[in-house]
Order: sequence, then C-alpha cells, then structure tokens
Amino acid sequence: MEAVAKTTEEMRLHDCRDAYAEALEAIAERDTRVCVVINDSLSSAKLKNFKAKFPERFVNVGIAEQNMVGVGAGLANAGMVPYLCGAACFLTARAMEQVKVDLAYSRSNVRICAMSPGMAYGQLGPTHHSIEDVAWTRILPNMGVIVPADAVETRAAMLYSLEHDGPLFLRIARMPLPDVHEREYEFRFGKADVLRWGFDVTLMANGVMVSRAMDAARMLESAGVDARVVNMSTVKPLDREAVLDAARSTGGIVTAEEGLAAGGLGGAVAEVLAEEHPAPMRIVGVRDAFAPTGSAEFLLEYFGLTPGGIRDAAFAVLEKRR
Amino acid sequence: MQDAGYPEHAATQLKSQANWIRLSAMTMTNHAQLGHTGGDLSSADILATLYMGGILRVDPQQPRWPERDRFILSKGHCSGSFYSALSLRGFFPAKQLRTFMDPLSMLNGHPDRNKLPGVEANTGPLGHGLPIGVGAALGARMRREAWRVFVLTGDGELQEGSNWEAAMTAQHYGLENLVVIVDRNRIQQGDFTETTLRMEPLAERWRAFGFAVVEADGHDCAVLHERLSRIPFEKGKPSCLIANTVKGKGVPFAENQPAWHHGVPTKEHLAAAASELGVEVEW
Repeated sequence: MEAVAKTTEEMRLHDCRDAYAEALEAIAERDTRVCVVINDSLSSAKLKNFKAKFPERFVNVGIAEQNMVGVGAGLANAGMVPYLCGAACFLTARAMEQVKVDLAYSRSNVRICAMSPGMAYGQLGPTHHSIEDVAWTRILPNMGVIVPADAVETRAAMLYSLEHDGPLFLRIARMPLPDVHEREYEFRFGKADVLRWGFDVTLMANGVMVSRAMDAARMLESAGVDARVVNMSTVKPLDREAVLDAARSTGGIVTAEEGLAAGGLGGAVAEVLAEEHPAPMRIVGVRDAFAPTGSAEFLLEYFGLTPGGIRDAAFAVLEKRR
Repeated sequence: MQDAGYPEHAATQLKSQANWIRLSAMTMTNHAQLGHTGGDLSSADILATLYMGGILRVDPQQPRWPERDRFILSKGHCSGSFYSALSLRGFFPAKQLRTFMDPLSMLNGHPDRNKLPGVEANTGPLGHGLPIGVGAALGARMRREAWRVFVLTGDGELQEGSNWEAAMTAQHYGLENLVVIVDRNRIQQGDFTETTLRMEPLAERWRAFGFAVVEADGHDCAVLHERLSRIPFEKGKPSCLIANTVKGKGVPFAENQPAWHHGVPTKEHLAAAASELGVEVEW
C-alpha cells in the first residue's frame, strides 16, 4: 500500500466492539427496558460486563438464532427494548425469515447488533463471513440499517438506537479502526455525513471502508483530484438528497463497502442514480465471489477494498465523465 | 363434565359460542374463497374457552394494556376462527368480518398486529409463535409483571425446529408464565401427521423438553376451562396442553378429511353447517 501522511492520532486504532459494549451498558443504566439476547456469544459480543451488571436483563438462548430473533420480538411485545448480539453471519442468514416477519413486517422495536461482519473472520472462511447482510436487510421494509465507520460512530449510533422506533440492524466491526470522527460527533440517522468536501468526484463509503476512502482522497489530492468523502453509515433509509447532490455537484460517485458489490450500499446508490440522475459510478466491493482463505486484512487487499482500489475506481469514474 | 367444576350452563354457552366461531369462519372462507376450514373448526373450542371463558385477561377497550395476557396464534393460517373469536370478545365489530381478505382489509389472510387490535404477533410461517411467546414471557419476568403468555400451535407445525429451540429456552428459564396449547388434530396440509412425519409420542417429547404436560379433549370446553384455569400445571415449569381435536370438527362432511385443510365451503355447505351447528351468523 502506498504511504499516506498521517498524524499519530489518525493512525491509532480503536475496537468498535468496546465502544458498542460501553454504550450498551450506558443505555441499560439509563433505561430499564434495555435488555440483551445472545446466542452463546458472550465473549465474541463483549458482554461479560453487561451480564455482570444486569444479570436479570440478560438472556442466553444458546446456539439457536431463529429462536433468538423470535425471542427478541417477544421481548419487544412485552415492552422491553432488546439488543440481539451475535455474529452477523448467523444472525442474518440463519434467521432471515424471523428477521423479515418477526422484526421487519411486525415493526418490532428490536436491535440487531451484528458482530464481526464482512470478512472479519478471515481465515474461518465464507461460512463465517457476512458479506450479504447489508443487501438482505436493507431491502426489508421498516428495517433501519446502520454501518458505523469507527468506534466514535459505533458508540453514537448505539446511543441513538435507544430512541429509534422500529427494527434496526447495526453492524459492529471487529477489525480495529482509526477514528474518522471527533469525539463530539453526533450521529444523525438517515443522514449522510460529509467528512471532506470536494467537487471532482465523490467517494461514498461505510464501515471499515470509510477510513480507506479518506486515504484514497489524500492520494487523489496528490494527483490533483479534489474528492468528496461521504460516510454513508445509514444504508436504510438512504439519504437520497446527499446522493443526488454528490452526482450533480461532483459528476460521479465511487461507493466502497466491506461486502458484496451487489445489493448493498453500491446497489442502493445505483438505484437512486438510475432513476433520478444517471451519472458515472463504480462500486468497490466483493464481486460475485466467496472469499478464498486468508486473514481479514489479506482479503480486503485481495478484493481491492483498499485506498488504492478506491482511488483507481475514482480514476475510472473521472475517465467516464470525459 | 360436571366433575370439572365448570358450570354446565356456562359450558353450554361456550360450546354455542365455539359453534358461532365455526360458522363465522366458514362464512368468511366462503366470502374470500380462501381460508383454512379444517383448522378453524378444530381450534374453535380452544379459542372460545380462552376468549369467552375468561381465561385470557385482556381488555378489548385497551388492546395494548401493558399487563394483558398475551395470546399468540402460531398457526396463523387459522385466522378465520381467530378473527371471529376476537370479534366475539369485542375487539372490533362483527361486521368487519365481512371484509376478510378483501382489498385493504384489516383482516389479512394471516394476522397482522399493526392492522387489527388484539393481534400480538404477525404469524403465518410456522414455528414463529413459540419463540415470540418465550420472549414475551421472559419480558414479563424482567418487568416483574404477572401476566401470562398463551401460544396456540398446530401439530404438524411442530415439525419446524424453531419450536424446539424455543422449548429449550422455556425450560432453561423455567417459564411458568408460558402455556403452549397444541391443536392436535392429526392432519397437516398434505396428509395425516403420522403418515407425513410421525409426531408421537408427542406428550413424551414435550415432557423431555421440560414442560409439564396435560392432555385434554380439545372440544370439551368445560375440561379445557378447568385445565387452563390452573396454570402453571407444575411450579417452575412451562405448561403444555395437548388438546386432542378433530380437524373439521362440528361439520360432518369436513371432519377428519385432509382435503378440508384449506377446503372452501359452498353456500350449500354453509347451510348444512348452520343446521348442524345450531347457530346463525348474522353479520
């Protein structure tokens, strides 16, 4: 990877799971309706503290995701605000009908904290990767989908989630990430978060790809390209105005996400552009493939989910505009 | 059954209300030309006992009263009898039943809690009701509230594994505020349950999963009332009532016939059923 000048603070990495766990304890402290359901995921979901502090509001249903999601819907029916915390791959694929019917169709006040999404489980392979989850959840009516960019936003989105009305899907990254936000950052559900203004091209990313998009923008800057970087942490409902403004004022968009190129953030943005304002676009994501064996870091490189990959996609968009 | 301790006149009234639910459901199915007659008829006495026999502590004037008992129809396809029971209990006017499955009706083919008062869960795909019921029962406990959760399942429905995941949770947490009622009519969509995929020994299976199990004639309202009045069946355990029923009960041409799972009655069928059941549906 090419070197990018960064400050020490920019390079410091933070675990989003710690931020999520602390936020969950904070809202549970504040509101007795907050409770947790896990599927044997005590340590992977970082909930040992929560369990110790709030044992009566902590349910372990064992390795049973269909039941887990139904239990969440029932707790919500009882007036609780349940957080279902488990590996993204199992919580979505295994329990998809429950997610559709018990949460989305029923408009249940349930939050899914999808742990270790994308290719975070690296060498464990495609069974444990969750590169489909954003596509699956964002097409469901009533379902909110949030993919935070760093530990600051993970915490802010978790704090927001308590007041949200309806079901929410939150992706909690496993890979340590640099902060792209100041500590005072306030999460705004359904609103694009412009991290850098620019007018030649827009880089629209979420999750682990946001800091990489910032790096790509720095690379582009040294090549004389003024890139806008938009953190599109809310995939559903998508901020259509921000997409259209990016297309109108920068002429083209690159999306970047740690997931399938089909159906996720890129798909959502493409739907808006195709209907409202056709413009050159590239989607940086996993192209119709299950991953080979390799660490999470290796797989991101392998699929071009890198600053260089985003930069090259931006050049391709600029080329199309000519 | 006088020894059940439920007054005979009250049981007779429940029976008559169950028969009204039966004819109402069949009339709805005739109207929509869609529905699930067999299961509507097998579940009618259970629903009448729950809603009209005072088992369920619900208030039609405040359908979302936080401390109400929750009733979850896991066999969501039996919406004809369920909607009829809800209406009879006063959750909405009986004339609404005329709109069953009409365009934009509140009465969807399968229940929708966001459309119709009294509905707790959106069901239809099988094996969803018990997990939701377990969650609600856990919620009642967390809130230190005394309400109970009643889940009515089909028997073929128990082939869905999610039921047994939920049963394990109910056992582990000792959910004595949870009651599963199995409408054991022995027929599923395509055939008899025991030919399709053997369910027996069903009571033993529930016991093995930690439930206190009681079996009853699912068409004897006095017996059903007596059993359902002593929840939990055993301290510290979730309860399971296996209600032995006859699919298509009350209407001889439909009784125990797999084809009547979703058979649609004609006007002639309705007339024959009305005379058999001794009730009129005036809505």
